[in-house]
Amino acid sequence: MSDPMVVAEGLHKSFGDTHALRGLDLSVPRGTVCGVLGPNGAGKTTAVRILATLSDPDAGHARIAGYDVVREAGQVRDRIGLAGQYAAVDEKLTGRGNLRMFGRLYHLSRREAHRRADELLERFDLMDAADRQVAGYSGGMRRRLDLITSLILRPEVLFLDEPTTGLDPRSRGEIWDSVRELVADGTTVLLTTQYLDEADQLADDIAVIDHGRVIATGTPDELKATMGDRLDVVLEDPAALRPAATVLTTLAGTEPTTTSADRLSVALPGGGFRLADIVRELDRAGVAAVDVSLRRPTLDEVFLRLTDRKERVS
Amino acid sequence: MTTLAPPMGRRLRWTFADGLTLVGRELGRLRQEPGELVGALVFPAIMVVLFGYVFGSAIQVPDGGDYREYLMPGLFSMVTFTAVQGVMGRMAADSARGVMDRFRSMPMARLAVPFGQTGADSLVGLPLLAVMVGAGLLVGWQPHRGLIPAAGAFGLILLLRYALSWVGVYVGLVVKNEQIVAQVVVPLFLPFTMLSNSFVPTGGMPGWLRFLADWNPVSALTAASRELFGNPGAPSGDVAWPLAHPVAAVLFWSAALLGVFVPLSLRAFTRRGR
Repeated sequence: MSDPMVVAEGLHKSFGDTHALRGLDLSVPRGTVCGVLGPNGAGKTTAVRILATLSDPDAGHARIAGYDVVREAGQVRDRIGLAGQYAAVDEKLTGRGNLRMFGRLYHLSRREAHRRADELLERFDLMDAADRQVAGYSGGMRRRLDLITSLILRPEVLFLDEPTTGLDPRSRGEIWDSVRELVADGTTVLLTTQYLDEADQLADDIAVIDHGRVIATGTPDELKATMGDRLDVVLEDPAALRPAATVLTTLAGTEPTTTSADRLSVALPGGGFRLADIVRELDRAGVAAVDVSLRRPTLDEVFLRLTDRKERVS
Repeated sequence: MTTLAPPMGRRLRWTFADGLTLVGRELGRLRQEPGELVGALVFPAIMVVLFGYVFGSAIQVPDGGDYREYLMPGLFSMVTFTAVQGVMGRMAADSARGVMDRFRSMPMARLAVPFGQTGADSLVGLPLLAVMVGAGLLVGWQPHRGLIPAAGAFGLILLLRYALSWVGVYVGLVVKNEQIVAQVVVPLFLPFTMLSNSFVPTGGMPGWLRFLADWNPVSALTAASRELFGNPGAPSGDVAWPLAHPVAAVLFWSAALLGVFVPLSLRAFTRRGR
């Protein structure tokens, strides 16, 4: 494989007493999507700001396509696109006006800027709204405009900082489709998100960060595999909770969690469990189950375990 | 910052080209929302009527001239000051909404942003000035000393407007919040424009207030315009330096504001702290 497109080594950044990053390392191979997951305040945005040359690290260094983000910021800016949490476009201008203006600021000729604007509007389905003021766009349309504005120069690396936060499911799906298309074109994407299904859908690799440091990396499947499969049991009678818990504890070696009065869930270590065996064990203890299911853990469960937060993050 | 910086000539050319693109952006905004421009143009016309006839009915000009002749240079100064709030609001909005971050992450000339913004404001200043002149002529004001001094006065007005717009760039960049900017505008605008010789002579103010008013750049501009237009109201006797040499004072103030706020703004704009 060729050299990674995004490399961060030991990035540190503090704001007063707050240590936003404490030795962050990242490596994103060309043409892949890296999902950076982390709870609020984990340092996701700070990392993106440093990689996109908006902010200098206190220590450590980072390279984009081989160029140092501090010393060769100009070269880096020629190769990146940035789309943020908020739609960073001029609301007073039309969609087309925005793309043309940013095209000119990317130093395209007037004709080329106009052509590229039309091409992007067409491809990402904004042509109908092209001549309307952005102030009148829906949240999803704005975000899409923000995204395609960062594509004007066909960036080698695209930074998406929580690109779908606050969007309805349909708009999220549209943004996801756009990102998939870009990746098919060979763009390398670094995506931060709080939505784990987003990372699951889009990312080739995931870096889970917390307190300014990467605490786990791997493909979504690898991360899920570290936790083993989940066993969910729904009881016919809540009174059977205790004997059922005893059976599951014996099977799994850890105590199950009670997700509601009649539901139990436990992580099974390693593989080798068959559903039929589990049902038989429950039967033997006299536990009547309405539903017994063996499944991969969700990324949410992996994430919560890794970051040790009790509350759901999304 | 960059090891392989493009040659100086190309950088300058891009700064200029990108600045023009951003001027075009402002004009594009006005085309989308012409109401904003109309509002901005109507405001000074209303001022002329309001101050000219409300205050004019009661205030005596020191050397017996017409109050509206006395007032117009003051209103030119007042409208000049609006440059601060306009530019400040734009810069704060761009910072708050991430547009500034997008600019910073692009391979464009960074200095083009403040230069484009202030350049656009100067362009907007021209029709404002034209409306003021028209309104002034309607209510009986006119330049008395001929074309060249009058052109000089307009030149000073535009120069100070440009210098003041850099104050707006800096404050907008530092505050980064449209709401706060909107709230500080009135408490900033009123004292600066009213605490001057624009509407009444400073001679009758208590000593400390008079000192502030005499050294207010707005007063220097008003006094310079009165002198160059040949309008009444030149103070006599023992007057503060800026009012005795108003043209020099306006040049001094413009140079001082630019000398302080251009470097401060450029530093705030290119700094990569956060």
